[in-house]
Amino acid sequence: MLFFKLIIKNTFRHGMRTILTIMGLVIALIAFGLLRTVIKAWYSGVEASSSTRLITRNAISLIFPLPLSYKDKIKSVEGVTAVSYGNWFGGIYIDQKHFFANFAVDPKSYLKLYPEYVVDPAQKEAFLKDRRGFLAGRQLADKYGWKLGDTVTLKGTIYPGDWDFVLRAIYKGREPSTDEMQFIFHWNYVNEYLKGVHSSRADQVGFYMEGIERPDMAAQVAAKIDALFKNSLAETLTETEKAFQLSFINMTETILAVIQAVSFIVIAIIMAVAANTMAMTVRERIGEYAIMKTLGMGAFRIGALIFGESLTICAIGCGLGIALTYPAARVFAHAVGSIFPSFDVDPRLFIFYAAASFLVGVVAAIVPTWRAVRVPIAEGLRRIG
Amino acid sequence: MSRQKPPIAEISHVYKSYRRGDQIVPVLEDITFSIEEGEFLALMGPSGSGKSTLLNLIAGIDRADSGTIMIGGLDITTLSETELASWRALNVGFIFQFYNLIPVLTAFENVELPLLLTGLSRKERADHVLMTLSLVNLLDRMDHYPSQLSGGQQQRVAIARAVVTDPTILVADEPTGDLDRVSAQEVLGLMERLNQELQKTVIMVTHDPRAASKARLVRNLEKGILT
Repeated sequence: MLFFKLIIKNTFRHGMRTILTIMGLVIALIAFGLLRTVIKAWYSGVEASSSTRLITRNAISLIFPLPLSYKDKIKSVEGVTAVSYGNWFGGIYIDQKHFFANFAVDPKSYLKLYPEYVVDPAQKEAFLKDRRGFLAGRQLADKYGWKLGDTVTLKGTIYPGDWDFVLRAIYKGREPSTDEMQFIFHWNYVNEYLKGVHSSRADQVGFYMEGIERPDMAAQVAAKIDALFKNSLAETLTETEKAFQLSFINMTETILAVIQAVSFIVIAIIMAVAANTMAMTVRERIGEYAIMKTLGMGAFRIGALIFGESLTICAIGCGLGIALTYPAARVFAHAVGSIFPSFDVDPRLFIFYAAASFLVGVVAAIVPTWRAVRVPIAEGLRRIG
Repeated sequence: MSRQKPPIAEISHVYKSYRRGDQIVPVLEDITFSIEEGEFLALMGPSGSGKSTLLNLIAGIDRADSGTIMIGGLDITTLSETELASWRALNVGFIFQFYNLIPVLTAFENVELPLLLTGLSRKERADHVLMTLSLVNLLDRMDHYPSQLSGGQQQRVAIARAVVTDPTILVADEPTGDLDRVSAQEVLGLMERLNQELQKTVIMVTHDPRAASKARLVRNLEKGILT
């Protein structure tokens, strides 16, 4: 008991230094946690993607459309259970800072294909009936305080003009990873406008979404769909929803790699800071360790005192880091707005916190312990007074 | 016919030198003497004469270059660092000039510290500590930290820490060097009691002739040679 008491008392002997070291560790852990959560949020679309859905797009590029007439041909492919389609609308709400994804889709088939969007049946009915109606994710509606019946105007970029939509339904995500920041409305609303103004752009879709019977059929079904349109004016590229999402992430791979690297660098930095703290501490107490050695304490006990102190500092830092990560993530998510559909801290991250803190505590104590144990008692005693 | 007590310490042909840069500075040269059990020995000599070094060698906190140091029949020069640490814990009590108490521990806890290395239970340790603090007349200060005690009181706590494990030998390096006259007398009186009443062998290094006068035997060291 006295031994543990000595460790605790030694830990707070230089209160300010200990507090600053703990703060450094807390900041490093939170920074690590937020960076890892950013990476996770980046991949959230991939995580949320279904293994029984395929995406078909123009083989040249996503910016080139596909004819609406492909729908029935795709539907006839063996293994395809449902087909929907949509376009990236690219509308701006207020200004570009208020970014959120907005899609024009065929609402009935889309909601059938995406059961993870949970909508109240009455609201769903109202949405399907109203050509100007839109469906918003719960987080998006909460963020802007939209209520059912509110009219929201998006400024078109791909489809010029001001577009008015009426909020008819709000969906909740079935899974925590489900994106609740989407704005979904009737594809026909846009298409009918195009028929009148830019008839050449009408009846074109940005992508098809297909439901398939079993995940193991994905490659086979994708190949069949693409074969249907081989040598046509608009050849297709069909891939799993996960592969489709990953293709977006791959564009930012370098940024993600940098974020990954930085997240580990902050841990390395705090390791150096903690090692410095322990080195200073032990240098100041070389005389005391010499006294303990004269009393008969061996290398094991001296080492246990130093390691104990280092690990205590790191354990406190780890505990505070865990406690403060959730509030920090909330503040961060609020600050970055709707860039990330979901910004949820993975609790498994705290296992890493504990492991990293333990590692920092051990590494920081190794050299100081070695020095404290090696210094001859007579030399240590000379440093007192 | 007087019966001579057996020697507790036998030091034979001990040499010790220190390296200072490229130079080797001899500190002790061919030291040979013995100390009887229950002796109160004062080692005197000018600064740099090697008396503290000799004390450290006898106490097993420094190593001789050559020679043998038999304590209680055991040649401590042959022990490993770990063995030496265990031997010190059981056989030697240390009293330093600057008390060297652990500042974050109370008087009670400082005295208890060496007992952590024994197999005593918590209650047994507490009994030992209380008995020892009563011996140095500091029971009423047992919850005080070193910074809340006077120099004399701190040195009495250090003495209690030195004797709480009931060691065979007490080594004291200038125990009164940092004390006023009254406190120094108290400390010396206590050491005299430990020697006479508890038959502890005391080896004390001192500059102070008044302190040395409490010892039954005084040896002088000059330039590393015992006279």
